[in-house]
Amino acid sequence: MSDAMIESIREFFRQLAETHPKWNFIYIYDPGVGERVLDGFWMTIQLSVVCVILSVVIGVVGAWLQRSHHVWARLLVQGYVQFFRNTPPLIQLLFFYFALGQFTPTYSPDGWLEQPVISNVGWAIISLSFFAGAFNVEIFRSGIEAVPESTIEASESLGMSHLQTYIYVILPLAFRVSLPALNNNLVNLVKTTTQAIVIAVPELLYQLVSIYNDYSTAQNACMVLMFVVYIGLVGILVLGMNRWERGMQIPGYGA
Amino acid sequence: MLKKAITTGLLGTALASTSAMPVQADQCTNDVFNKIMSGGKIIVGVKADYKPWGYRDENGNIVGMEVDLAQDVADALGVDLEVVAVQSSNRMQFLEQGKIHMMIATMSDRPDRRKLVGITQPNYYTSGTNVLAPKAVGIKQWDELKGKPVCGKQGAFYNKIVAERYGAEVVAFTGNAEAKQALRDKKCIAWVYDDSSIMSDLASGNWNDFEMPLASEDDNPWGLAVPIGELNCAFGQFMSGMTFNWHQSGRLIELEKKWGIQPTAYLQNQNERFKDWLAE
Repeated sequence: MSDAMIESIREFFRQLAETHPKWNFIYIYDPGVGERVLDGFWMTIQLSVVCVILSVVIGVVGAWLQRSHHVWARLLVQGYVQFFRNTPPLIQLLFFYFALGQFTPTYSPDGWLEQPVISNVGWAIISLSFFAGAFNVEIFRSGIEAVPESTIEASESLGMSHLQTYIYVILPLAFRVSLPALNNNLVNLVKTTTQAIVIAVPELLYQLVSIYNDYSTAQNACMVLMFVVYIGLVGILVLGMNRWERGMQIPGYGA
Repeated sequence: MLKKAITTGLLGTALASTSAMPVQADQCTNDVFNKIMSGGKIIVGVKADYKPWGYRDENGNIVGMEVDLAQDVADALGVDLEVVAVQSSNRMQFLEQGKIHMMIATMSDRPDRRKLVGITQPNYYTSGTNVLAPKAVGIKQWDELKGKPVCGKQGAFYNKIVAERYGAEVVAFTGNAEAKQALRDKKCIAWVYDDSSIMSDLASGNWNDFEMPLASEDDNPWGLAVPIGELNCAFGQFMSGMTFNWHQSGRLIELEKKWGIQPTAYLQNQNERFKDWLAE
């Protein structure tokens, strides 16, 4: 795209803002504002990717611990799932950041400030990952329960250990059953990252709200962008998950 | 090709959803004004979280300086008053959508806002930007905020100014309660907000280890607003007159005193400026 073309697009939106004060697409023609949008977008991507990966890891480990021979391990997972699944993520974010944040070690750059070692972004990652992870534990459990007992017995009779059975036999089969539900939960997780705004994590919603507070006429334009970005983001995630699902399909097994 | 289609589409959407532009006086329909008069009730949007301009008392009623102003308006029109709590982020939308007839809600008069709502002249109050900071830190200059985390509230126009002019890292929370809690938790070095509101916080006795150490900046008059289509019609002209009289009669200074707000030079100056030349 040539510079002249970019400039003409910018000019178009500059004019549009003049003639239609409710449709001020300021992030298109003002580079400073555009940069804030990109910063927010990048933070949303980072939050989403890290939380998706961590929550899946939590789900896999949690589902494994649920089958543990140790009763305390099972109780721990059960308690964790109940706590995180039954409370709103918004309150978890506030609680983690404001309440638990007081008990974490801090460092002081100037004698007064107490910067916690875990920043608000850190708390958002922890809280959102554990929130989605709780659902993932249950999702994987449903997959695991769908693996026939005889298959597990067969692998045990081959001399596989508890962990080996889990990694090489149960998980690959359980995964295929779990994927559609996992898909849903991860979509939800990506959308829930917007709630990190309450602890001032500068993700996309935070930046766009700040922008339309600075430029009231940009509110509609900011909301349009919000929808476009999330439709795109979730679309990419769903596309990837569906491909994965198809790639792992075993004829005659599962859906 | 695709780009053109998108552009055309956007333009189409924009045109289709365009609403009221400022109208000329000869196009006055006075819809909202007539509705108030015939319905016998005016609905005014005020703040419910901005002591002492608009807040809830122990009984849950919204009271404050701006509520008194709203009552003056209702009395002058001879109608009943209904107040509706609005927030910085939705007050203009409430007015545009007709959920409220007018708004007296601590809103700074900004050029961008004048495009959306009918802000009448003269302005009725003013406030500047300052910070609430711990005495222990001993901030003396705005420059000292450079590179430091400064808490703020989403929706304040000066967040951007403080970030750009002084290099402060503004951490903006959705509510004042969260922002102030973060300051108490020492997550930021100061809280940037309206000087008038900070003064009332300091006066409350809950912030004894804190101070407002800087010279206020960006003094910005506040504007009350009517629907933009009625700015140059009966409603807007009437509110200009109300505001003028509030200044001239000393009503605003009296209310400032009643609600324990630190006297502002602005109200004194306006009172002088609009003085009745025949008055003793």
